[in-house]
Amino acid sequence: MAIELKMPALSPTMEEGTLAKWLKSEGDEIVAGDIIAEIETDKATMEFEAVDEGTLGKIMVEEGTEGVKVGTVIAMLAGEGEAMSDIEAPAESEAVEDVPGEGKDVGRDESQAEVTRPALKGDVNDPDIPTGTDFVSLSVREALRDAMAEEMREDKRVFVMGEEVAEYQGAYKVTQGLLDEFGPKRVIDTPITEYGFAGIGTGAAMGGLRPIVEFMTFNFAMQAIDHIVNSAAKTNYMSGGQMRCPVVFRGPNGAASRVGAQHSQNYGPWYASVPGLVVIAPYDAADAKGLLKAAIRCEDPVVFLENELVYGRSFEVPDLDDYVLPIGKARTMREGSDVTIVAYSIAVGLALEAAEELSGEGIEAEVIDLRTLRPLDKEAILDSLAKTNRLVIAEEGWPTCSIASEIIAICMEEGFDHLDAPVTRVCNEDVPLPYAANLEKLALIDSARIVKAAKKVCYTE
Amino acid sequence: MAKASRSKKTKAKAPPPSEDSDFSLSSLQEALDAEKRFAASEEQLLHFYEQMLLIRRFEERAGQLYGLGLIGGFCHLYIGQEAVAIGLQSALDNDRDSVITGYRDHGHMLAYGIDPKVIMAELTGRQAGISKGKGGSMHMFSTEHKFYGGHGIVGAQVALGGGLALAHQYNEDGGLCLAYFGDGAANQGQVYETMNMAALWNLPMVFVVENNQYAMGTAVRRSSAETEFYRRGAAFRIPGMDVNGMDVLEVRQAAEIAFKHVRDGNGPVLMECNTYRYRGHSMSDPAKYRTREEVQDIKDHKDPIEALKKMLIEQGHAEDDLKAIDKDIRKTVSEAADFAENSPEPGAAELYTDVLVESY
Repeated sequence: MAIELKMPALSPTMEEGTLAKWLKSEGDEIVAGDIIAEIETDKATMEFEAVDEGTLGKIMVEEGTEGVKVGTVIAMLAGEGEAMSDIEAPAESEAVEDVPGEGKDVGRDESQAEVTRPALKGDVNDPDIPTGTDFVSLSVREALRDAMAEEMREDKRVFVMGEEVAEYQGAYKVTQGLLDEFGPKRVIDTPITEYGFAGIGTGAAMGGLRPIVEFMTFNFAMQAIDHIVNSAAKTNYMSGGQMRCPVVFRGPNGAASRVGAQHSQNYGPWYASVPGLVVIAPYDAADAKGLLKAAIRCEDPVVFLENELVYGRSFEVPDLDDYVLPIGKARTMREGSDVTIVAYSIAVGLALEAAEELSGEGIEAEVIDLRTLRPLDKEAILDSLAKTNRLVIAEEGWPTCSIASEIIAICMEEGFDHLDAPVTRVCNEDVPLPYAANLEKLALIDSARIVKAAKKVCYTE
Repeated sequence: MAKASRSKKTKAKAPPPSEDSDFSLSSLQEALDAEKRFAASEEQLLHFYEQMLLIRRFEERAGQLYGLGLIGGFCHLYIGQEAVAIGLQSALDNDRDSVITGYRDHGHMLAYGIDPKVIMAELTGRQAGISKGKGGSMHMFSTEHKFYGGHGIVGAQVALGGGLALAHQYNEDGGLCLAYFGDGAANQGQVYETMNMAALWNLPMVFVVENNQYAMGTAVRRSSAETEFYRRGAAFRIPGMDVNGMDVLEVRQAAEIAFKHVRDGNGPVLMECNTYRYRGHSMSDPAKYRTREEVQDIKDHKDPIEALKKMLIEQGHAEDDLKAIDKDIRKTVSEAADFAENSPEPGAAELYTDVLVESY
């Protein structure tokens, strides 16, 4: 049967072109790979290679013809044993059977997509702590270490890698003692090579292990963000669900103390904008432990943002064998009826301080700790807004394109009817963090600014 | 190949291997030089021929479907490089070993014997595609075959391959990871970060530079200070091998030597396969950085499939038998193309699936 040679599209956007030159004549034998014509577009001249074998029968479009639409039959090829005289030109009005690139239009009913849109989370709560449970005072640093050690005891696939995690016992001592218990196979010192070891950790997760990749700080993970975003977050989707990547990237995030602009940044909003990632940023020791354990068990890639300034603070942690918390669930740290303060990480402490001060002035603030930044617990935010009708977000980070901005958008879109005042954000100043002690203090969020914002939305100031 | 003449070091008086600290870096090359070509059985030769021809015909058809608008976006064809994937992957232990590559990945998938239909259907973005149409040409995977993609960021697959190798070592499963990258990716920093760690930790890994002479439109000599890529592992004490990637039997022989070295616990190997890409970097490449004569010369004198065909004929195979193989392959590819064109697109319900594994 004669084969139709059609005007090819040579780029994703090409719709028509000029058939500049025929390099073969009618009657010529064509072998696959032969260049048979030159096609010109406004961008370039390209060669048209034969895929099929046969004899060039009829040339339907003469060279030099401009504006030849993609898909137009430009020549007919006679197959083996076929006489050229048998070749009929296709009727000009022949209907196009299928629109190029459109396929069979089964996927066009947009309502079907709703079927798989992530549903609002059901009622998932923190596990009940049995009455009579002892509480122990643990620093956040110890809680994180315990979480890793417990999971490593339970699951042989779990290991830690990063700079100074083993022999040095951790740059911030979070991995203290792990080398002694688990040995160098499972507590791996890496060279200073974030891009490389983030890729190796991600690849190891794809290969079936459960790596915990420690960044000395998340500032250095900028070198590795390609693997976190492009390799870890997207591969499950791109593979149609074949490829798993259960890796945890963890380390301190946000401003530390007097370390200057390059070592002081909150990456929460960056990672929280990426579909395919889970992003957790706990405040106290109990959440640090319960959520890191959950992160290590999670089948999805997790970015786990800690805070250096909180590592040394101690909190009461329930003394339970296996304290695991639900991912994606905010926590009400303090009940109140007048205004909601939403915070995460170190700002939760500032929000609680502010709430105490406000209480002294007769304003009862409800403090919500987001704990997970992606997926965000919208329900908890909107429920509290419905109760207090006023909302302030406290965030140790820049204001532009922040978690605070996101929450404001959610309140506008889904909580508008409950608002008695504009949602207000209290963030760091929109500048690189300065070194000078006085300027650093001016740039960072503090509880006084949260108090002021809360009073403002309560119209008491 | 458009390679400049090699200035092989001529050692006036080479010390005995035991005293030569650089011996380990050149020992694999010496083993290859001693016996260049794999002694394939007749059956193996025919199988190599079929597999390489399948890749070629598949890619030609993919190019055609692209021209018809049935394949969108980027589409990087493997035509000319077939001997590399077949020579290397035919030597793998598929029960243990893993493979990872960049975006020019169709050939590596076909080398596993994966059904051309599901590969072609991925190219056309259909539900039946191996990634449900959500990956496309650059993002195909088969965890069943331990083929880990299919990655679009140049060089990223090398570090990921280091992780796969770490998993082989950690699990003590005896497997190795074969990580392919191009001469363009060979200038990415993370490739060397990975070489450092792979050597430091003695990972079971074979780094393969598929040097097809052009990083998109930039010739090797215009982008690389050291164009002999196999030497680039020396800084990390990784032995190098310089392999003719247009000869499937030489590639296979090199694979045998490299894989044994790695399996014996000697750490990673860097292999450079010198090959040539007949088509543009991607379909939308007008290829003005090289002459038509250069391409034609390689096709006429170095083509890996023609060379094997000639060898088979010399061994007594009838040309008609080989034609029959070609005919069968064309039929397979035609069926794959029909399937890929006529399969339905993914349902809209696939939009939100596979973003996360768990629900929170």
